[in-house]
Amino acid sequence: MWEAADTMENDTLILGNKRFGNRLFTGTGKFSAKSVIPRMLEASGSEMITVALRRVDFASETENILDYIPRQVTLLPNTSGARNEGEAVRIAHIAREAGCGDFIKIEIITDTKYLLPDNHATLLATETLAKEGFVVLPYVLPDLPLARRLEDAGAAAVMPLGAPIGSNRGLETRALIEMLIENLSVPVIVDAGLGRPSHAAEAMEMGADAVLVNTAISSAEDPVAMGRAFSLAVAAGRMAFLARMREEQKTAVPSSPLTGFLS
Amino acid sequence: MRITVNGCEEDISPCSLLAFIEAKGLAASGAVVEYNERIVRRADWNRIQLRENDRLEVLRFVGGG
Repeated sequence: MWEAADTMENDTLILGNKRFGNRLFTGTGKFSAKSVIPRMLEASGSEMITVALRRVDFASETENILDYIPRQVTLLPNTSGARNEGEAVRIAHIAREAGCGDFIKIEIITDTKYLLPDNHATLLATETLAKEGFVVLPYVLPDLPLARRLEDAGAAAVMPLGAPIGSNRGLETRALIEMLIENLSVPVIVDAGLGRPSHAAEAMEMGADAVLVNTAISSAEDPVAMGRAFSLAVAAGRMAFLARMREEQKTAVPSSPLTGFLS
Repeated sequence: MRITVNGCEEDISPCSLLAFIEAKGLAASGAVVEYNERIVRRADWNRIQLRENDRLEVLRFVGGG
């Protein structure tokens, strides 16, 4: 085997006390049927998946989404629905009490048009929950000074958005995410807005440690195949990053000898 | 007696929290309960007798990204 493949063998991402060999994280939102979720997880090899917490609607079905997530897959409860740090902390406590482990994705949204995260409230919630021993994964707008504060507060990673949730527009915030990758010591996980496997590959090529993809997989006509496609793209992008790409050039650089054929 | 469940008032006969959840058909649903703003472990549901003006939040995990 060649060297990059050997490197990939031992290439794991550590978050909290867990090691992840697969750098595609997925979500459980918007699947047409819950029964597709375990098949998507198997096809993609994703080792961590998000879930949300809501009030029970007594009039509707009583299926438990956790029954569709294999035991070996790490649950990443999110704090969606929280509008301030207090609500996010409360959701994290409930998730942990419910036996979902210590991982928590902080998602605090006050802007309903673009669903942009409230970075300031997210920092406050991160400070509280990291002190309580949670593995805190804050979902934020990519902002280097804020990300440094998150790192200092004990965040296990920083999760900048590529584009608004569910927009499928890819890495619109690319230049800002690059600053995080270059300057933070905690992992950078690109979350939200990635619509195509090539977007995920692009994020991994530029050095992101992982990506989180929900809508693009769950809303595809074939979520199982799309999960696999994203997984391959993430692995390809990661391998390319580890293999160290060369810079772009303004002019051609010959790949064959420049001498004439018979001269 | 009257309690508040997920923001709505409800008239119920005195019973344990476990019996209330079972009557709602949620015993096996992975529901999580906050009882008067304190999270109550499933193992403790049968020890809690619901009282007048109690407030329950009954939550569950759902799909989300």
